[in-house]
Amino acid sequence: MDFLVSHFAEILFYILAALAVLGSIGVITLKNPVHAALSLLGTFFIVAVLFVLQHAEFLAAVQVMVYAGGIMVLFLFVIMLVSVKGLKTQAAFLSPLIPVAVIGAILVGALIASAVLLGVFATGNAGPEALQMVDGEILGNTEAVGMVLYTKYLVPFEVVSVVLLVAMIGAIVFGRKDRFIGEHEGEVGS
Amino acid sequence: MITATHYLILSLMMFSLGLIGVMVRRNFITVLMSLELIFNAVNLNLIAFSFRLGDLSGQILAIFVITVAAAEAAIGLGLIIALTRIKDTVILDDANEMRS
Repeated sequence: MDFLVSHFAEILFYILAALAVLGSIGVITLKNPVHAALSLLGTFFIVAVLFVLQHAEFLAAVQVMVYAGGIMVLFLFVIMLVSVKGLKTQAAFLSPLIPVAVIGAILVGALIASAVLLGVFATGNAGPEALQMVDGEILGNTEAVGMVLYTKYLVPFEVVSVVLLVAMIGAIVFGRKDRFIGEHEGEVGS
Repeated sequence: MITATHYLILSLMMFSLGLIGVMVRRNFITVLMSLELIFNAVNLNLIAFSFRLGDLSGQILAIFVITVAAAEAAIGLGLIIALTRIKDTVILDDANEMRS
């Protein structure tokens, strides 16, 4: 019991990490796209909890609202919309697995090395106060993020709105039914 | 004591799994879901460094990453709709010609 109390943060992190990795494995191995999408949804929630543990409360709320509320609904809509009857007969995975595995192993090795190195340099534990400070007084994470976002990072914030506009126009153009009726009068290309 | 390295290793595992998914899977929808996994791993990395260094810039960058992920999901799912309309498939290997 003493061990549990004194190591609560570690135990919580390891449980959450195991769940996140399990969810990720589910996303890439499950055959049924709906099952993969639900596994991805669980992973999003676990990542939101990890954000809270890192004192990024506003980001956790955004993660739940945008990913779990927006993107996952979009995915599930599209999965329901397209017919998936041809999927069962074909293999779900690419056939030459060995070269992919070799490339992946090299990449993972390099990433482990860099992660350990970077983690050694980033040991300065600044504490949560720096993430909640607005003009020298501690208000909260949301206030601090808003203050920095609308002053120091105002121009990138405005540019990102253009990205969203372009994405919206692109999605509408791709989704239109009659976009293949062009120069050839009334001929629907397929 | 949970250090930044723990979070970096977890983020690395999620990133690698997402990368494997992108490379290996043939279903377009699953490939897009693996891309979302990669975005999440990157966000985890940014948040971990933001906490360790006491710098809010990491959280701001994570907001921008989420925005781009939303745009990418909208475009990708629009592509899936267009592909099923033209070829009646979501398997990437079947999208093998340039004329529509």
